Amino acid sequence: MSQAALRQPPATEATNDAIVEVRGVSKIYGDVEALRNIELSFARGKLTTLLGPSGCGKTTLLKIIAGLVPATSGEIRVNDRVVTGPGPERAFVFQDFALMPWATVMRNVGFGLELRGVREAERKRVAQHYIDQVGLSGFENKYPHELSGGMKQRVGIARAFAVDADVLLMDEPFSAVDEQNRRKFQEDLLKLVEIEKKTFLFVTHSIEEAVYVSDRIVLLSPRPGRVSQIIDPKIDRTATPDEIRRDPGYLDTVENIWDGLRHYAE
Amino acid sequence: MRIGNFRIPMMASLLVWLVVWEIVGRLDLIFLIPPVTEIAQAGLRLVQTGSWQNASLITLRSFAVGMALAIAVGVPLGICMGLFKTVDRLMGMWVNMFVSAPLSALVPVLMILFGLGETTVVVTVFLFAVWIIVLDARAGVMQVPRSLFEMGRSYGASGWTLFSKIVLFAALPEILAGIRLGLIRGVKGVVIGQILVSVIGYGELFELFSRNFEMASFWALTIILFAAAMLLSALIEHFEHRIDYYAGARA
Repeated sequence: MSQAALRQPPATEATNDAIVEVRGVSKIYGDVEALRNIELSFARGKLTTLLGPSGCGKTTLLKIIAGLVPATSGEIRVNDRVVTGPGPERAFVFQDFALMPWATVMRNVGFGLELRGVREAERKRVAQHYIDQVGLSGFENKYPHELSGGMKQRVGIARAFAVDADVLLMDEPFSAVDEQNRRKFQEDLLKLVEIEKKTFLFVTHSIEEAVYVSDRIVLLSPRPGRVSQIIDPKIDRTATPDEIRRDPGYLDTVENIWDGLRHYAE
Repeated sequence: MRIGNFRIPMMASLLVWLVVWEIVGRLDLIFLIPPVTEIAQAGLRLVQTGSWQNASLITLRSFAVGMALAIAVGVPLGICMGLFKTVDRLMGMWVNMFVSAPLSALVPVLMILFGLGETTVVVTVFLFAVWIIVLDARAGVMQVPRSLFEMGRSYGASGWTLFSKIVLFAALPEILAGIRLGLIRGVKGVVIGQILVSVIGYGELFELFSRNFEMASFWALTIILFAAAMLLSALIEHFEHRIDYYAGARA
């Protein structure tokens, strides 16, 4: 482990300021081995993506980090403290949004604060700020079923931001959003990453999405899930979205990952 | 509904049947079917009598007490069955058996246990209504999406908070549907109970009217009962629609 780290300078840098550490995590469901001995560290202030084909355990790993699913063995450390369950320093964005259908956008966004006992006026102020931030101004009093899929996920993201966690865990947040909206979403996410200075752990099965949004990509192989490759896309983030998507570095990285994953697809 | 350019009002079919009934009644074919007008008059007379008012009061009371018990027991039991596998295994068999059992057959046994009085009727209402309430509350809790539980937990809710702020609301549409179905069954329960016990409330009146061949009063009472049951069901349904609106299309 230490030797491998020495040969990869960026990895050493990251471990020095790792906010989330995964140490020897395995997960076994009945007789299915979902994850085998995962060793990873996630750098503070970066967006790291867990990428892999379905069945590679990427969502399971994210839920273990969230403290929603117990690991069979190994431990997770966040801010140097061992994770035993969900905590206020982590916020989760769900693939199916997980909004409360009986509550307005405002209440949904402020729900994390409501659970922490924050008073209503303060809750509304914070919620309003993030509702504006994700571009849902004017929809405060709408109910989830009055919103499109993309708007629902904006509510989910605003809710995660509102609790001011250090780490945002996003489980395929855009997979239920249609293709046109997804691009816009990815661009908006990058802007939020820029503004909010938080650590993002992002799960996706879309290679293009991973390369477009990530500082680092962790490739997982399926059954049992293991870390097969770590890739740091070298992309100029100051460029416009269209330039990035035509950038040779971007295209090469997508192609490299494709090659790495090809044999799983067959 | 329309015929040609003529728009037929909603209650038209009811009117047609009332006219048919009136004609059959006027023809004096069988004494079982008196004319509608006569039934209406009997109804008007009936509601002014002390015996009807008294019977209605007793019936309403038995029904209300029985339903209150059925809801108070049924909803928590159903929720517990939805939440805890052990409770579900323990109670599932009984609930499924009773929900489809011909409970009327049990009333004579209840009479032995609880006597020929209101208690038996209350227990009958309870037994008729409670099982469907349990089953629907259970179904309501079981359909709460896993991600809503996870959402609650990841934002710091556990135990009672998770239940009272998320699970209860998420299961509310099914719980209300169960209560509505329970109410309809409860009306059956109160009538069957009273008829079998036959010395109190509407059961006593039904017994009296049919023994004395007062068919107009008999029908008037039946119609009052049907109307009350339908009104009650419509009321709950209205409430359900409002809840459904908030529950919305569940993602």
